[in-house]
Amino acid sequence: MSILSFLGKFFGKDTEVEASKSVAKERLRLVLVHDRVDVSEQMMDNLREDLIEVIGKYMEIDTEALEVNLTREEDGVALTANIPIVNIRRQLA
Amino acid sequence: MGKVIVITSGKGGVGKTTTTANIGASLALLGKKVCMVDTDIGLRNLDVVLGLENRIVYDIVDAVRGNCRLKQALIKDKRLENMYLLPAAQTKDKTAVSEAQMIELCEKLKEEFDYVIVDCPAGIEHGFKNAIAGADEAVVVTTPEMSAVRDADRIIGLLEAADLRNPRLIVNRIRINMVKSGDMMSVEDILEILAIDLLGIVPDDDEIVVSTNKGEPTAMNDNSRPGQAFRNIARRIDGEDVPLMVLEEKKGFFSALAKLFKS
Repeated sequence: MSILSFLGKFFGKDTEVEASKSVAKERLRLVLVHDRVDVSEQMMDNLREDLIEVIGKYMEIDTEALEVNLTREEDGVALTANIPIVNIRRQLA
Repeated sequence: MGKVIVITSGKGGVGKTTTTANIGASLALLGKKVCMVDTDIGLRNLDVVLGLENRIVYDIVDAVRGNCRLKQALIKDKRLENMYLLPAAQTKDKTAVSEAQMIELCEKLKEEFDYVIVDCPAGIEHGFKNAIAGADEAVVVTTPEMSAVRDADRIIGLLEAADLRNPRLIVNRIRINMVKSGDMMSVEDILEILAIDLLGIVPDDDEIVVSTNKGEPTAMNDNSRPGQAFRNIARRIDGEDVPLMVLEEKKGFFSALAKLFKS
């Protein structure tokens, strides 16, 4: 190794290490998805009610036990719903 | 009829008070009649940053409660002719002023001044709601750090919910060497995340510490880089179209040497 390449490495020429700003940006993006949702609990309530209405057309569900949440996955945020079915309506058509 | 502009941030320590003092001084330098209002009751500091701490007789609580006339509580700066300060109370409870009283106060000040610059306390509680109550426009100050940007996002949401639409952003304490090496978020990165209009950028500079030590806003110093940045911001507030400051790397011996080996 020449002294030049050693000094180059020493002064940060090595680009293999991910720049820390990209890490910050990605973490911030995820945090803000959560923050913005937390702020608008009303939105989640509305979503829950709309879900009950739509699904209710096709099946009878346990609205008390219904859970709708935003969960953090490794590479993003997911909307997960746990909707216990009590009964499925008979197909009329 | 003047305009009331509130300086907010959410997170403490990002430079709200310094920004308030320098925007106020810069507008006064432009010949505008300016009043700065410190609403951080119990933790007042704008008086110190402006170097006016020895001249306080009455404060904002005295003024809204009628213990004195509003004019008596205003401190007139001796260096800049058009610059005034309404100091916060230091000893009273932070709930000593109500939102209605704040609105009334701003209305009165607007009749007298071209610009009323309100320094908002950190946080999103009572003090924040008070500070924004009488405002026509809002400015959000952030730094290129995750925690500051996150809190700025929250504040923008609260400002919009309070009908202060389109707040404008100041990115403070930019270290261009770190931005260039990829270790600090750039202004573009922050704007992409927050999606609001940019009012200005201010470089990180030792000069700020020195000017605060002296109690003289850095905007009053012609040779100061952050001072120039704040003077630009004031001109934009006043409706002028001023290009963004070009931030240059500091050329120390080691950075020059590093650059040699990087290229």
